[in-house]
Amino acid sequence: MSEKKTINDAVSKRYEHGFVSDVAADTFAPGLNEDVIRRLSAVKNEPEFMLNWRLKAYRKWCTMKMKTWASLNIEPIDYQAISYYSAPKTQDGPKSLDEVDPELLRTYDRLGIPLYEQKMLAGVAVDAVFDSVSIATTFKDKLKEAGVIFCSFSEALQEHPELVEKYMGTVIPVGDNFFACLNSAVFTDGSFVYVPRGVKCPMELSTYFRINAANTGQFERTLIIAEPGASVSYLEGCTAPMRDENQLHAAVVELVALPDSNIKYSTVQNWYPGDENGKGGIYNFVTKRAVAHERAKVSWTQIETGSAITWKYPSVTLRGDDSVGEFYSVALTSNCQQADTGTKMIHLGKRTKSTIISKGISAMKGQNNYRGRVKVGPMAEGARNYTQCDSLLLSDTCGAHTFPYVDVANATAKVEHEASTSKIADEQLFYLGQRGIREEEAVSLVVNGFCREVFDQLPMEFAVEAQKLLEISLEDSIG
Amino acid sequence: MLTIKNLHAEVEGKKILKGLNFSAKPGQVHAIMGPNGSGKSTFATVLAGKEDYEVTDGSVVYKDTNLLELSPHERAHLGLFLAFQYPVAIPGLSNINFLKTAVNTIRKHQGKDPVDAYDFLAQAKALAMRVGLGESFLSRGLNDEFSGGEKKRNEIMQMLMLNPSLCILDETDSGLDIDALKTVAAGVNAHRSPDHIIVVVTHYQRLLDYIVPDFVHVLIDGAIVKTGDAQLAKELEKKGYQWLMESAGGGA
Repeated sequence: MSEKKTINDAVSKRYEHGFVSDVAADTFAPGLNEDVIRRLSAVKNEPEFMLNWRLKAYRKWCTMKMKTWASLNIEPIDYQAISYYSAPKTQDGPKSLDEVDPELLRTYDRLGIPLYEQKMLAGVAVDAVFDSVSIATTFKDKLKEAGVIFCSFSEALQEHPELVEKYMGTVIPVGDNFFACLNSAVFTDGSFVYVPRGVKCPMELSTYFRINAANTGQFERTLIIAEPGASVSYLEGCTAPMRDENQLHAAVVELVALPDSNIKYSTVQNWYPGDENGKGGIYNFVTKRAVAHERAKVSWTQIETGSAITWKYPSVTLRGDDSVGEFYSVALTSNCQQADTGTKMIHLGKRTKSTIISKGISAMKGQNNYRGRVKVGPMAEGARNYTQCDSLLLSDTCGAHTFPYVDVANATAKVEHEASTSKIADEQLFYLGQRGIREEEAVSLVVNGFCREVFDQLPMEFAVEAQKLLEISLEDSIG
Repeated sequence: MLTIKNLHAEVEGKKILKGLNFSAKPGQVHAIMGPNGSGKSTFATVLAGKEDYEVTDGSVVYKDTNLLELSPHERAHLGLFLAFQYPVAIPGLSNINFLKTAVNTIRKHQGKDPVDAYDFLAQAKALAMRVGLGESFLSRGLNDEFSGGEKKRNEIMQMLMLNPSLCILDETDSGLDIDALKTVAAGVNAHRSPDHIIVVVTHYQRLLDYIVPDFVHVLIDGAIVKTGDAQLAKELEKKGYQWLMESAGGGA
């Protein structure tokens, strides 16, 4: 058994979440125009400001073109061939889990996400988004006692329109970029979190996104607001069925970290990556950004293993003095997957601090790019950044590229950048093998070791999940 | 019983082992000595089964099993352990996690249950102290940013933990100061037992002051040209290898 075969087997683990659920759905016919947006807003019974915002975004989007600066090979996307709304058929939306279609519950069970609270991981509240709508949010009452609002975005628009109107678009303006603008026009659901002043959210919050219907885009929007002194940890997970055609996922996530607050946002992204010939898979174009006010801390952690294309740069605007931004990333690209991912740390306040740890793993024909910008504004006295980008190559046909942009306008700033590229060494596998460890497990140990710094950042409940995701299946490898 | 007959091996087309014969019984400690480039490390590495070391002729039989047909991890399951001359680093893989994985893999092969986590940790801590590594080494990345001496101590700790029946130490003494040398030797001596074969590959006689071998073999140009007892090592220390190389009819 050659080392190369072992590694390829290891990383080409079968996609486990590729099944399709048979759920009756209300789906819009493909196509996008102002009428579609009006219908969408009407179906969701949205306040008027929301419709106007969508229309404004749509008109802006019609004037925009997709930028091509990312090192990605993307087939042209026909935006008229996509359906912009698909929802499991229900009367008025479920009031409780008992009203949720059993097939949907089974879907989440198969994904390992039981929604019944008594069965759940202790201390994790879950919001499940199926295609375009949120189907269930758990632990609502317990959160309510603490004053924490955790609900679907649609519900927030009904129950807390003033909060949505006040903060939405303040971090990522409507016209920020092509995909964020499209999302602003057609977003369907997502999660909303509000943590009041001084409150430490009593449990991990988590959202599971699932694309099920064919030819449907998923455009979700997440907004998290941490009032002064509040703190919250939030995790999102994503899966999709295996389909031959590419599906579009264009999300927007905005985090507002008011003074002295703390937001930790973790992602375990496992959208369907396409097959070994590059057929199918999710196009993942995501805009994620946070604003950190005085002494606030925002930490992004992402484990990106899925999607045919990943285009994603979770960023922090360090607006307030002494604010802190962190970005920890593991991106694995295998088969024909392409990832162009990284972060932006914009230092505006004094003594602002940022840390970037990026781990890229490329296998087979995977292409992995780190693209990051560290910008220090003229007022950011004593700003500090530390960046570390490591790439691990597992084949001769894959690629890893690093594009760091550094832009410093204050002489007191300190910016450090370290980068490394390594191959998994025969010596490492031989050493572990000599100690009795099989090659498949040895590869897994080396890869997990490479990712350790990032895994350590994940909430404990999810660290194991992330490790499993990268873990190597032994079943196909014995030749 | 380990029996090696007429072993020929090459690396990248270069012939290194040229008809090596060697045998050892449980309870014995053998030292393999020889000048630079004589094939000592190749011998150790071939026994462990590294892929790019090609065996072109001969046989290696251990416990009635043809070792040459086994992959490195299968040889380890049979009880073979190589203390590496240059142990490789695996950043992020903690020593303790690695050790536990190795121990449990071998236990599984022996049909035993995984170790009890609490007992294992206590044992690992005790062994770390014994080889002169602090407890903090257990949580550090495997050999990552270890000094040369720390790596060698770590190899001995692994040996004591895995308790192999066939132990090959490849120049474990190189780069060690005298204190480390004594610690390492004490570890090896503790491993001596009527059930174990220990093969010490070394360049210098120095280590053999502390690990007294039953047999000393001189390896020159890919073959064992002389075998004796511990006295032979002392003789080599005085006379060098030249006289043997000349009688071997060539040079390395």
